[in-house]
Amino acid sequence: MTCGCLGRIPQDWCCRHERARGFQPRAFIGRSAVKRAFTVIPYIWLLALFLVPFLIVLKISFSDIAIAIPPYTPTLELSEGWQGVRNFFGGLDFENFVFLTSDDLYWKAYLSSLQIAVVSTLITLAVGLPIAYAMARARDDWRPALLMLVILPFWTSFLIRVYAWMGILSNEGLLNQFLIWSGFITEPLVILNTNVAVYIGIVYTYLPFMILPIYASLERMDPSYVEAAEDLGCSRLSAFWIVTLPLARPGVIAGCFLVFIPAVGEFVIPSLLGGSSTLMIGKVLWEEFFSNRDWPVASAVAIILLLILVIPIILFQRQEVASRETEG
Amino acid sequence: MNEPFAPWTDETATPLIRIEQVTKRFGDFTAIDDLSIDIFPREFFALLGPSGCGKTTLMRMLAGFETPSAGRVTIDGQDMGGVAPNRRPVNMMFQSYALFPHLTVWDNVGFGLKREGMAKDKLAACVDEMLKLTQLDALARRKPHQLSGGQRQRVALARSLAKAPKLLLLDEPLGALDKKLRQETQFELMDIQERTGTTFVIVTHDQEEAMTVASRVAVMNHGKLVQVDPPDQIYEQPNSVYVADFIGDVNLIPGRATQVGDMAELAWAEGQGTLLGQPGGGVKADTAASFAIRPEKIAIGREMPEARNRVQGKIIDIGYLGNLSTYHVKLPEGPVMTCEVGNRSRLSRRELTWEDDVWLSWSDTAGLVLPT
Repeated sequence: MTCGCLGRIPQDWCCRHERARGFQPRAFIGRSAVKRAFTVIPYIWLLALFLVPFLIVLKISFSDIAIAIPPYTPTLELSEGWQGVRNFFGGLDFENFVFLTSDDLYWKAYLSSLQIAVVSTLITLAVGLPIAYAMARARDDWRPALLMLVILPFWTSFLIRVYAWMGILSNEGLLNQFLIWSGFITEPLVILNTNVAVYIGIVYTYLPFMILPIYASLERMDPSYVEAAEDLGCSRLSAFWIVTLPLARPGVIAGCFLVFIPAVGEFVIPSLLGGSSTLMIGKVLWEEFFSNRDWPVASAVAIILLLILVIPIILFQRQEVASRETEG
Repeated sequence: MNEPFAPWTDETATPLIRIEQVTKRFGDFTAIDDLSIDIFPREFFALLGPSGCGKTTLMRMLAGFETPSAGRVTIDGQDMGGVAPNRRPVNMMFQSYALFPHLTVWDNVGFGLKREGMAKDKLAACVDEMLKLTQLDALARRKPHQLSGGQRQRVALARSLAKAPKLLLLDEPLGALDKKLRQETQFELMDIQERTGTTFVIVTHDQEEAMTVASRVAVMNHGKLVQVDPPDQIYEQPNSVYVADFIGDVNLIPGRATQVGDMAELAWAEGQGTLLGQPGGGVKADTAASFAIRPEKIAIGREMPEARNRVQGKIIDIGYLGNLSTYHVKLPEGPVMTCEVGNRSRLSRRELTWEDDVWLSWSDTAGLVLPT
């Protein structure tokens, strides 16, 4: 509202106008407070569901195993007052972390997890990139259907889908039956309970996380980039390598992190599809918690895993920020 | 005096581009309809038309991104049938510029030369020269997102010119710039075209732009060429009501052509004299026709003029544009005529005002009788 033509406005209208404006600041504060309350919600969420559990796990990792409920010591006894707090903090030490270095099982498990995660991320990329490219190049009216097909597996429980793979990959499973029937092999291939089965499981499970970000970056790419590259002397193939792929890089990197990060800590797939020789840190963690009931060591394993993953997560975040800057 | 540049009037001149009876269909839709045209070396050729008239499709066929459904395109005597875009002596400047966002200005400009496999030091010299030509030397290390719209436009131009193509295609090259910058850039573009001696084909929907830059303008409609002529002829000798109306402003008075010879006469209302003008577009006697007269060629006054072509009407609107004033005059039995008068002196009182009865007149050669 402007008071540009004051001359024509009746005097009392102007007064009312002024009074109305007088009310505005209070209303404004009220609204911004509500707004602020809304922006706080995600932080409360993070605090309650990430930071607090993390601190609890961190505390347990500094504790000692005990035959008790909960199965570790010390616990905070506030009834003992100041002395209780001092006992509590006095009971914490790095013993469990030292223990992790004494047994080569742990660092081998970490290393093997990283290796399996890297290899399966690369396979997922090799499979996902052509799929995403084909989807982005598909006819406009096909794309929603194709996108649906990629997302569809999420409608079934992840656990059931991994179980289904057991049925496919086992010695008497569908795959072997088919290969023997078609005459490719005479003896069944041993796939289940090997690392190959783990790779298949991880690639299958995380493929959508690779496809979707790559598809998103390819799909919104201006098609005239490729035409310009061809116009300036590129063949179709070299235009893809020199222009399309570098421009899809943010999507590729996002996809790789989205696969790599959960794959490192993967537990269900190696324990269902992998064999006794499959060494992954998620499995070790599970065994420490539920077989050994050694919560402090298990927590220490989890903390180290988190520290290992923090590095790629930070790299990922940086990449996101950088790519947003270029686009802006 | 210099010979005017007009190879299209020279029987012996060899065209650079020959488009022969080309048709392009997309499903049921015919984008280009049996179109033939020759374009000559060093020409600045403008394809002008409303959106959907096929001008962009025609350009993309020259670039090789579309293949004709029928007909033949030859560039420099070479049949372009089945020749991929990267094997044509043609470069294109895209409407969106399509500057590679992951490369610097320098790398963008050098992109085509690098694909060619040019030696490094020669490439650097070439790129630097292109950057100098487009006044981008200072920005060589920037990425496209750090440039203004006008700078991006220049990078796109430099990149498409770097390979020294025989033919440069420009798809709405100035469409994304604001008006002032666009006008400056038009002259820059002409200057660069002249200096490099490249043949330019420009697609635009902006008639002013086409008129300013082009040596010839092709007006297109529904996949056909309506008229191909230098800008002054397009404006002064339109061959149809469509072209007369599309280029600039025109008053159209519908009627019947009564007599056609060296001059044509048009009867437009009972009890009024006929209008005399030049015949155009193959108008025939005793057919429906329109009299086309440009607003700036009409004189307006209170007194009855001597001229043969005169009509009387009432002023219903006056528009003051600074450099000129526009009068809208309603004829009692005809259309509303627009008449422009230049405001040559700074402090003159306007003699005419609303509701005044006025006479409009023009010379015998000022108007055209065109078939409708």
